[in-house]
Amino acid sequence: MTWITKPKLHHPTLPKNALCLTRRDYEGKISTLCAGCGHDSISAAIVQACWELSIEPHRVAKLSGIGCSSKTPDYFLGQSHGFNTVHGRMPSVLTGANLANRGLLYLGVSGDGDSASIGMGQFVHAMRRGVDMVYIVENNGVYGLTKGQFSATADQGSTSKRGVVNSDSPIDLVGLALQLGASYVARGFSGDKRQLVPLIKGAIGHRGPAFIDVISPCVAFNNHAGSTKSYEYVREHNDAVNRLDVMPPRAEIVVDYAEGESIEVVQHDGSSLRLHKLAADYDPRDRLGAANYVQQHQARGEVVTGLLYVDPAATDLHAHLGTIAAPLNTLGARELCPGKAALDRINAALR
Amino acid sequence: MSGHAGHAAHAIAAVNDFVIKFANVNGSGSASANEMFAKAILRMGVPVSPRNIFPSNIQGLPTWYEVRVNERGWLGRRGGVDLMVAMNPQTWDADVKEIESGGYLFHDNSKPLPLSRLREDIRVIGMPLTAICNATYEDPRQRQLFKNIMYVGALSLLLGMDVGAIETLIAEQYRGKEKLLDANVRALHLGRDHAAGHLEPIGLQVRAADNVGERIFIDGNSAAALGCLYGGASVCAWYPITPSSSLAEAFQKYCQKYRVDPEGGGNRYAIIQAEDEIASIGILTGAGWNGARAFTATSGPGISLMNEFIGLAYFAEIPLTIIDVQRGGPSTGMPTRTQQSDVLACAYASHGDTKHVVLFPEDPSECFEFSAQALDLADRLQTPVFVLSDLDIGMNQRLCAPFTWDDAREYDRGKIMTAADLDAGRDFGRYKDVDGDGIPYRTYPGTHPERGAFFTRGTSRDPYARYSERGPDYVYNMERLLRKFDTAKALVPQPVPRQAARHAPFAAIHYGSTAPAMAEAIDVLEAQDLHLDTLRLRAFPFPESVRQFVLAHEQVFVVEQNRDAQLRTLLINEFDLDPARIVAVLHYDGTPITARFIAGEIRRRMLGANLQPRGEEEVA
Repeated sequence: MTWITKPKLHHPTLPKNALCLTRRDYEGKISTLCAGCGHDSISAAIVQACWELSIEPHRVAKLSGIGCSSKTPDYFLGQSHGFNTVHGRMPSVLTGANLANRGLLYLGVSGDGDSASIGMGQFVHAMRRGVDMVYIVENNGVYGLTKGQFSATADQGSTSKRGVVNSDSPIDLVGLALQLGASYVARGFSGDKRQLVPLIKGAIGHRGPAFIDVISPCVAFNNHAGSTKSYEYVREHNDAVNRLDVMPPRAEIVVDYAEGESIEVVQHDGSSLRLHKLAADYDPRDRLGAANYVQQHQARGEVVTGLLYVDPAATDLHAHLGTIAAPLNTLGARELCPGKAALDRINAALR
Repeated sequence: MSGHAGHAAHAIAAVNDFVIKFANVNGSGSASANEMFAKAILRMGVPVSPRNIFPSNIQGLPTWYEVRVNERGWLGRRGGVDLMVAMNPQTWDADVKEIESGGYLFHDNSKPLPLSRLREDIRVIGMPLTAICNATYEDPRQRQLFKNIMYVGALSLLLGMDVGAIETLIAEQYRGKEKLLDANVRALHLGRDHAAGHLEPIGLQVRAADNVGERIFIDGNSAAALGCLYGGASVCAWYPITPSSSLAEAFQKYCQKYRVDPEGGGNRYAIIQAEDEIASIGILTGAGWNGARAFTATSGPGISLMNEFIGLAYFAEIPLTIIDVQRGGPSTGMPTRTQQSDVLACAYASHGDTKHVVLFPEDPSECFEFSAQALDLADRLQTPVFVLSDLDIGMNQRLCAPFTWDDAREYDRGKIMTAADLDAGRDFGRYKDVDGDGIPYRTYPGTHPERGAFFTRGTSRDPYARYSERGPDYVYNMERLLRKFDTAKALVPQPVPRQAARHAPFAAIHYGSTAPAMAEAIDVLEAQDLHLDTLRLRAFPFPESVRQFVLAHEQVFVVEQNRDAQLRTLLINEFDLDPARIVAVLHYDGTPITARFIAGEIRRRMLGANLQPRGEEEVA
């Protein structure tokens, strides 16, 4: 949290997007996280993705739980309404917000303590309910704000900064998201912005629950030898299955890759996801195959990154509930209240 | 003759004023027959108040349905039973014991009962229900089900009820299912014919009257659901919990009927059965933050789970409505029994310094009105608002004033700053007290491209919603929240006073489902020349008039249905009153409070016999 607003000095040559906004227009307040924190790189990737897609900042609602990761919505998209909710409960608040106004873009930011421990239930149910949202977990395997306790995503056998060995099995949120019905599942690495920005852009264009697990090393408490969430470890064990380009519907699609090396997926909003396959045996449209692939590589100590699964025809909670197209928060008494005549009939039937 | 009379010296004789209780086995299909019995009396213009007394069980455990017939319209539980319909061998002894001296026992005498287990001072009416059903029906399920409608038939004859009213009710219930309709009417008449040929007349009679009028007969949960429908709730999130589940289910039913776009555009509502109460209130918090009216229905354990969120919604100033249908606590407590034991848990819910608006409906009519009003109050005050119903009101059908709605009524959305306001250059400080009433302005997310965005958080902030742990900023905010709570005093439903016929130094304060028993108790006491003023509280925060009422009397009885005198505590705490002045009259065994209990307790204290704060021991 910070009360320091960044000075708005725009260099005249800063590039502008279709809305004539610069990247600076997508920034928030100055981060108070530790220098080198992976979370700041993710915030920068969110800024970049929204700027590139020319998203109107005020049409985004950014919500988070509690923890280092959950502080970050203050550090990007300063023109968006934000809500720093209760520890582990961002998914339910976001679900309610989404029900009230389906016209906004919902960005949920959480951490591994927030989503894999205290808020595991809420994470699970938001995914299975099909809430249309971008759900980013900034995953560092450690409780940073309370100074270095293991989180539930810490790998078994990894050691804390003080040398304690973690004996509990890790929770893999990607595996869970795949099983629970998330329709866009990706894993990124905060140190690989080139891969991360398109993953976020793809998630924004997706309709349905889009989950991105971003390995985000904690420079203060989990970046030492023996950690499996350090910059060094992840760089050495990263197995990227694909690289992604996201083309908005208005952009001309230029095919400049040989057949067989890429897969094109057109999403609901008309945007096109072009996946450059790095692993020959990987098909991101196969949910079961994805779960299998991720687990096999995990068993070998490899961190699989990229777009792991996408169902471009996915539907969302509003479709399941059959809600009207107009946001519910725009309806007044005329649309909501059956009126006196109907009530008189109800009374008559109760005698 | 199969019935055999006891030696009742003074068989009770009463017209339109008695209590009949049905003792059944849960899941035996008795509920609809019993309800039909009660409704038939209503259709004869005689007020009834039925109460389900049921276990936390689906099949097999004892369940009771107690019907008070009272021409004068006393709708509280009276206490005592004049006619027991004992259909459950498990509870036979207790059921027989409960009958008033001179009362009646109706039972199935297909198998002989040991006479030693009967009382001398009651009259026994035996009818071979099982034998008749076994001789008439092949299907075991029918043999069981039609037993119920058959005893309704026999009772209708004994009590002199209008058979046409029952036939009409059967026709309404089985409309379109003619086979069932005919079978039920046949069973009804089998019962009547048997009674006519074999049973002696009894002293209890129902006589047609005109004392029901325009009143309606509905349970509080359905009424509250209708209130939410009319009040414009568009988001509902809930988790099943007795005795509140039927509220959310009724809301769903009403929405399917009244909230579907006629042009096929879809539903104007969203209902989520959440994974727990924490998620329910989280969903409400998100929806309220984003400008939709949202409510949940829950009970005590749900309130406990919601506590962290309630604090956030209070501090971050998010409108939401919580309907708590109270049951017996603590813990799982008595989930199918009634109490008013969540008063303090709601009024001061969550950690830190908090106070919440709480409404106390007395019956289904107020459940409707207060639920609709709660949605307005939540938006106006930007805070959680509680509606404190209970199982007695929520799950029992109650005769009450018909629902009213003025088509000119607009929803009060509170202080919303629009894009036009922001364009006009109005200063926007989310937590700034501009009008002096403690209520700030808010913007909905997505309102304006450059202005009006703010970061909502549970952490302390300055009037412009900027994170701040500076003491003065924190205190400004907490004081403003108190000012807002003060503002609420004039907005909530005001208390209802009732003055005694003559000057009274004594008074009684009550709230919620105690109302009907209280009104009757006052009537009983007045007949004994004991006079009290009364005040029915309808909301917290209490307006100043409540303090004045207390100070205007030497002794004030606070009648409530919990062990710890929770409303009394709230009164003493909020008004800094002398506790000696306020005497608790408490009933909390899980059954609805009775007029007999209240009148007895207050009488004892008024006569100076005993000024103990509690007196459960004299009540069975």
